[in-house]
Amino acid sequence: MSQFMINMLFVGGSFILYIGIAYWARAGSTKEFYVAGGGVHPIANGMATAADWMSAASFISMAGIIAATGYASSAYLMGWTGGYVILAMLLAPYLRKFGKFTVPDFIGERFYSRGARLMAVLCLILASVTYVIGQMTGAGVAFSRFLEVSSEAGIWIAAAIVFLYAVFGGMKGITYTQVAQYVVLIVAYTIPAVFISLQLTNNPIPMFGMFGTHAESGAPLLQKLSEVLVELGFRDYAADVPSHLNMVLFTLSLMVGTAGLPHVIIRFFTVPKVADARWSAGWALVFIALLYLTAPAVASMARLNLLTTVYPDAAAQVVDKAEYDQILGNSIKYENRPEWVKTWEGTGLIKFEDKNNDGQIQFYDDTNTTFATEAESRGWAGNELTVNNDILVLANPEIANLPSWVIGLIAAGGIAAALSTAAGLLLAISAAISHDLIKKTINPNITEKGEMLAARISMAAAIVFATWLGLNPPGFAAQVVALAFGIAGASIFPALMMGIFSKKMNDKGAIAGMAAGLGCTLLYIFTYLGWFFVASTAMLPNTPEHWIMGVSPLSFGAIGAVINFVVAYAVCSVTAPTPQYIQDLVESVRSPKGAGAAIDH
Amino acid sequence: MQDDKTNAAAYWSANLRLIAGSMFIWALVSYGFGILLRPLLSGISVGGTDLGFWFAQQGALLTFIVLIFNYAWRMNRLDKKFGLEE
Repeated sequence: MSQFMINMLFVGGSFILYIGIAYWARAGSTKEFYVAGGGVHPIANGMATAADWMSAASFISMAGIIAATGYASSAYLMGWTGGYVILAMLLAPYLRKFGKFTVPDFIGERFYSRGARLMAVLCLILASVTYVIGQMTGAGVAFSRFLEVSSEAGIWIAAAIVFLYAVFGGMKGITYTQVAQYVVLIVAYTIPAVFISLQLTNNPIPMFGMFGTHAESGAPLLQKLSEVLVELGFRDYAADVPSHLNMVLFTLSLMVGTAGLPHVIIRFFTVPKVADARWSAGWALVFIALLYLTAPAVASMARLNLLTTVYPDAAAQVVDKAEYDQILGNSIKYENRPEWVKTWEGTGLIKFEDKNNDGQIQFYDDTNTTFATEAESRGWAGNELTVNNDILVLANPEIANLPSWVIGLIAAGGIAAALSTAAGLLLAISAAISHDLIKKTINPNITEKGEMLAARISMAAAIVFATWLGLNPPGFAAQVVALAFGIAGASIFPALMMGIFSKKMNDKGAIAGMAAGLGCTLLYIFTYLGWFFVASTAMLPNTPEHWIMGVSPLSFGAIGAVINFVVAYAVCSVTAPTPQYIQDLVESVRSPKGAGAAIDH
Repeated sequence: MQDDKTNAAAYWSANLRLIAGSMFIWALVSYGFGILLRPLLSGISVGGTDLGFWFAQQGALLTFIVLIFNYAWRMNRLDKKFGLEE
């Protein structure tokens, strides 16, 4: 059977599974549509949250980014997991106790104002829409790489599948398909990682193998990797970052952004009790960590594997540094390149250009000026191999010589990661429209049936809109995803936190805080990336020397959050205090008793 | 009623203390050991690299998991102690 047929079989089989689950779990009421009836087991919700959370970017690109930048990418690992500590302790239990359907619902009720609700809807839609663009393009990429269709066709297929199970199943359908999608994606991610770890370190558990011994050279794996990298002019894998401040702020932005992303928060509305919300956050992090602890291992091993593929002698034990001249001169001949390199050359993700016409591959950092003389003395005329970051995960099964069904599994896993996140985001968007805009603002007299229909129509409209954005992504599409964190962290997270932890915070303070946090963050981002990401309208070049105090636009969410808090307290102190019934509401949110009953009001 | 109020207030301040302790460790392992204090820990080597690198890529994540489960477990006991469980 050809690889294409196997991929089709795996991907097609997973689609039938998702649609079958969605049919079984179709929503019959608004409560089922918005929060899956509120009866999801905490472990199942943990799995669903993990799938909801881990996007195409986590699955396909993250290991490649870590491999390329080493220690500097730790911000992603800590930032995208540390947010769950914030969720578990500062948000999820209390929002579950509040027991309503959407994030703007809490903000609207707690800050007793339609303005706060609409402000929250605006922040939610901005954050979720920027995020969903990345998912649609990610789904397109996954389809085009594995199923030999154009990425446009891939986006349409993804939209059709999500449409089928999200419009009919709502949160209930999405929850149980996400559980299945989690299983598919974690199995797909882990199997090749285990085999690569076995090959390189004789240790079947990648997270231990990474800090273990490289079998062929007898040296610690990471030490070997850094050694070879430095000999080739690349940055040391463990090298420190130029700005600690920027790394701290970037990590913090990802953490508060994670805690403020509505599609993650609403997952905690689906469990039966407050205690379940706490457990569920823990389980979610366990399931996420299975991938996030494996990713850095895959990253370091795949990078070393790539280097020793090009320079086969570098894998052996090197006692004398001087030996490296000999070793690196003896790089692989292009005609002898392994099969997997040939396969991926076909997709354009690996490119070779013989700049010095010696028939061998030279792979080194030709942008490193201090290394230029050494490269020249070796007769190198520039880096000859260009490798796309995504290769490391996508080509893993072939590099490890695994059977072709593992490649089919990776295809299904990548697509599952993209679909599950897209569906969660689309639900958050459609619930904000049908519940907060239509039911709570425009037409409060709408019937249960009418609201259901409105929810389904807004879901369908959101899918069409997301598909259109996926087909016509704004510039900087990849960065747009990271910016969603800035928006959510600077606007939604502080409002939720003040709503729970401060009885004094009033309507005007919260609205002003959200407006200031959102406004400043967008302003800072647009200054460097261009208004609405149109690059030509950028007012300053996006390089470290032009950033204010060395803070990158991607790291600004944390500062936006601080601005939000400061403005909110300033405005609050000069405006009317919160009424007593709101203070009582805060009291009730803080106490776990009676959450089960609270949902039906 | 007054009893309910003092009970709820005591429960809340116990919760806040637990959160403060947990968040201190949360910040220490990630921003501390993983980033800012990494140069100080560079002498301690772990599997071909330094302790700070290990915290940044694995240690912090593992600590986060322990923190959440510890919080959930201790909060359950607080819920019972203050009679606020479901």
